[in-house]
Formats: sequence, structure tokens, C-alpha cells
Amino acid sequence: MRKLWAVAGKELRQIMRDPLSLLTLMGFPAFMLVLYGYALNFDVRHVPLAVQDLDHTRASRDVVAAFVNSTYFDVSATPGAAEDLTRLLERRVAKAVLVVPEGFAADLEAARTAQVQLLLDGADALTATTVLGYAGAIVSESNVRVLSRALTRAGQRLDAGIAYEPRVYYNPELKSVRFLVPGLIGLIMMLTGVLSTALSVVREKERGTIEQIRMAPIGSFALIAGKTLPYLALSLFATAFILAMAWGIFGVEIRGSLLDLLAATLLYLLGALGFGLLISTLVNTQALAFQIGLLGSLLPALLLSGFVFQIRLMPVWLQVITHLVPARYYLVILRGIILKGASLRPYWDQMGLLALYATLVLGLATVRMRRAER
Amino acid sequence: MFGLIGPDGSGKTTTLRAVLGLLAPDKGQIATCGLHPVRQHAELTRRVGYLSQRFSLYGDLNVDENIAFFAEIHGVRHWRARRDELLEMVRMSPFRKRLADRLSGGMKQKLALMATLIHTPDLLVLDEPTTGVDPVSRRDFWRLLARLKNEGLTILLTTPYLDEAERCERVALIDHGRLLSSDAPDALCAAWDGQLLEVVARPQRMAVDVVRRVAQGKDVEVFGERLHVSLPRTSASEMAAVTARLREELSAAGVVVAEIRSIAPSLEDVFINAIRGAEARRAGEREGQA
Repeated sequence: MRKLWAVAGKELRQIMRDPLSLLTLMGFPAFMLVLYGYALNFDVRHVPLAVQDLDHTRASRDVVAAFVNSTYFDVSATPGAAEDLTRLLERRVAKAVLVVPEGFAADLEAARTAQVQLLLDGADALTATTVLGYAGAIVSESNVRVLSRALTRAGQRLDAGIAYEPRVYYNPELKSVRFLVPGLIGLIMMLTGVLSTALSVVREKERGTIEQIRMAPIGSFALIAGKTLPYLALSLFATAFILAMAWGIFGVEIRGSLLDLLAATLLYLLGALGFGLLISTLVNTQALAFQIGLLGSLLPALLLSGFVFQIRLMPVWLQVITHLVPARYYLVILRGIILKGASLRPYWDQMGLLALYATLVLGLATVRMRRAER
Repeated sequence: MFGLIGPDGSGKTTTLRAVLGLLAPDKGQIATCGLHPVRQHAELTRRVGYLSQRFSLYGDLNVDENIAFFAEIHGVRHWRARRDELLEMVRMSPFRKRLADRLSGGMKQKLALMATLIHTPDLLVLDEPTTGVDPVSRRDFWRLLARLKNEGLTILLTTPYLDEAERCERVALIDHGRLLSSDAPDALCAAWDGQLLEVVARPQRMAVDVVRRVAQGKDVEVFGERLHVSLPRTSASEMAAVTARLREELSAAGVVVAEIRSIAPSLEDVFINAIRGAEARRAGEREGQA
């Protein structure tokens, strides 16, 4: 036990002596949070919309107003009849063009199907899909109004029908930052956990100090635990820091219990540290360890965890692979605790899988380390 | 004090690592301090201090912290007095708070040595301890080793410097992982079955060519302004004849001969000859196979 503390104390001293990497360890997550929090904004609002109203009637103005009042669209141009509409998209004056053809009101009057056209810039597929959805909703809302007006005029009332009243729980405004913060935490913890341990062990290999340690009567458990504990503590501190920042800047509060959060995070970090150790048993240079650590932790946690891309939408073979990414499970738990205020009970299977992952990588790292000794 | 000598890549470090249990041998058995180096590794580490070839302490820890760390992981409880005593011995007490990376090369080496001595081992294993250390520090370091030896410490070391090897009680000559010979340095020199002629002549380049031609395939080594020519052991009259012929041929080539005399071989001569012999044998084996 004394030896374990000696290793941990030494490691902590070395971390403190190296303000640059300490800053990286703490500053990098904060930087990522701000960057991703603002930049990775999936909310689509205030889309520049060009409106070509060739009808100039009350009815046509109503349709345009419905688009503008939704706040999803801002009118950026009002081209005349002769103007080339695709140029507006090309010059990026507008992302979408709404065309109300001549005779729109007349068609409505005559109970013929009236048409409006929407030209859409599909280069940004994500935005385009969202815009398409919004436009569809706005048009069908307008339809209902038109219909009820017509019925009223005919002396009838539209009293039957389905009232669609969606209510979104946990993230009522569907703000993506709420959704992103847990993902970011998962990503950052994985990155710092893996890299810090991998680098700290490989550094000893590079310097040759590992030989000196191996010539001391210290067990691999005391050595591994002593090396990982400081980084575990530091990573937890970084997590707390991110959560505090997310709350301060983006107003994301933790609805669930902090203790549950701690338990899940510890389990997740254990896996990350284990993975870092495993890398350190495989390579001998810090540069290589850094690259493998980055590739092995950042990319899966970013791309295959459901953080940025929905797992549901991936091809099946890729979905299978995502099961090997611990961030996937952690993210589900984290979103549950932070956004829903859930307890750990409904997530026992995810916790189990995290524990399995941690046991597996730590076990593998220990086996590899033992083999290196022989 | 036992010295392991051999050219670079001959297996000196590998031998040490096997002795320390850092490497398991494919064949054969090793007992270090009567212990199995791998199976009884933990027990062995208590009795052995190992100084590896590279400076392997923590550059970002200071002198005190480095020693304290190695004391703790060796399970030494009361190391403060021992640390003070060791630092006093190498006159490093004024630098205790200095980071190891900021120490001079000689001091780094002394610090590393102190760190390996903190748990008072019986056996000290040093891998090329003075490679890359300046001559003054090297002398200091050897004084320290002499003192430790007198205190009863057993020292096993590797060295590329043959003047260092001559200070050992016993040396072993290895090459390509094979033991060529092992004995006291004096005995190794005495047991050499050849004779050595020392030629001092100018210009040296021409002298080398002439000597090579006359001595026919025998080894000629240049040490500063001296040439060492190794010859098979022969009678005194034959040696005199060879000497006379050399003198004649050198003069004929316009070389001014200062001295030609028969000398006793140094460890260096023995070493180089043994390596040459081993090389020739290996070449012969390869041809035999082909």
C-alpha cells in the first residue's frame, strides 16, 4: 500500500511539474465543450428564404406569413417574376425559395388544388431535411385553415378531426446542446483517460525508468493502481469542470443524482484507463501511443457512440461494431441522468456492459504486462 | 568486481538483463545471489541494485524525490538517514532540491548510483556506467566504486573501456553472445599464446603497409603512434629474425624506424585478438556450411 502511494505521489508530482500537459488535460475539455457546444448546433432556425410571390393576393401573403411567423425562416430576398431562382441558391442568398404562382388565390377560390413550390438547396443534407419537414408542417397547417374557412363558408364547421399536440419531454426546445453535453463528456473522458495513462506508462518505457521499477519488489497491481489513480482523480475533476461549464454557459443542469453520475463515470473511466494501459503494453514510443490512443478513443467515441450520428441509421454491420464502443453505453446512461433525472436502475444492462468492458481491457492489460515481465 | 567486456552488440546488456531476471533465457540456468532470477524475482530485487545504461531516473523530480521514490518502492521504511549519508558521500548535498534533468552528466550518474544503493543491496549491477561521462567524473565514479567494493559490495559491470576492465578482479570476454574467455585480467594476458612486437616508425601509414606485407596476414593494430603486431609464439631466435627483416624492409621503403621491440600483451591486445579469432572461426564455419 505504501508503494502504491509512492507511485501515485510521484505521478501526481510529475503531473503538477508539467503545467502544459495539466492545462491540456483541463483546458482541452473546456475548449471542446465551447467549440462543440456552439459549433455543433443541429438546431435549424432562421433559414434564409427567398419569396417569389407572383399572385399578390391576400391568400398568397397568408402563405408567406405562415412561413415567416414560424421563426424557422427569414425572408432574405423577394425576387421578381423574371429572376433566375437557382442563382439565389447558388449565390447562397437563400437556402430555400418559396414560389407562389399566379392564380394561387383564384385556384383556392375555385376549389381547385392550389400549388406552391419550394426550391431547396440540398448541399447541406441535414438542414435540407429539416427545412423540408418544417415546410411540410407549415403547408399542412395552412391547408387546415383553408379547409375550415371553406367549410365555414359552406355553412359547416370543422369540428371533427385529429388534434395533433406533440409535447417533447426532457429537452422541450429540442436544443442540441443539451443532447451534446453528455456526448462531449463521454468523448473527453475517453480521450483524457486513454491518452494520459498510455503516455505516462510509455514515457517510463522511453526513459528506461520502467527497468528500474521492475528491479524493485513492487507488484503489478500497486504499480498500475498507483499510476492510474492520479489520472482517475484528475479525469473526474475534469468531468466536474465540464459539467459546471455546461451549466454556466449552456444552462444544462443535472437532473439526476450526482452519486449515480459518479458511479457511471467511474466505471466508464476505468475502462478508458484500462484501454490506455493496454496500448502502453503494445507500443514503445510516446508518439505512437498518442496516435493509437487518439484513433482508438476519439474516433469511436465521436462517430460510433451515437454522439453525432444516430446508431439507428447506420448500416447493420456498423451497428454491430458500435456495441464494442463503451461510450455508446455511457452516453445512454449519461443522457438519462442529466436530461431525464433518471436513476441507474433502468440502465443496469448498460452499466453491466461498461463493467464488462473495464474488466476485459484491464484483464488484458495485466496479462500483457505479466507476459512482458517473463 | 566482475567485468563483462565485448564489442557493441556482443550481448553484454542481454547477459545482465538475464542475470537480473528482466529477460528469461531460452536455454540454461542462472542463479543470482543463489536465487532464480525470474521465479524469485521479488526476493532478488531486494538484494540487487541495478543501474541501466541510460540515465533512468525521473528528470522532472528533484534529487531528494528521486531517491525517496526508489526507497519507497523498494519498501525501505527509514531511508532518510541513508539518503543523507549517500548524498554526503558523493558530495551532492547542496543539490538536493535540483531537478535531475538540470544536473551535469557526472552528477546524474552519481545520483542514479545512489538511487540503486538506497536499499543496501549485496550485489550492484552496472551497465556501462561511465559511457558518455567526462574523464574527471569517470575517475570520481571509479573512486566511489572502489570504496563500495571495500565495504564488501559485489559489483558486476559491463564496460567498453579496457582500462576499466583492468581494475576488475575477473573479466569475461564475450562476442556474439559467446563467452570467449574469463579470468583475472593478468592471467588472461599471461595465457595468451602469441607474441607481440611494438613498432614505432614514421611515416606511420607507410610503416603499416610494410609491416602488413612482411608479417603476412598477421594482425597489425595502431595505438596512437605505436603499431602492435601479433605473431604466433615462436623461439627467441626466430623473433630476432623477424625483427631484423622488418627493420630491413622498413628502411628499404624509406621509413624511419624509432623502435622495434617485443612487449607483453595488454588486455586490449588480448581482447582484439580474441575477437579477431572468433570472427575468423565464424567465417570458417560459414564456409564449411556453404
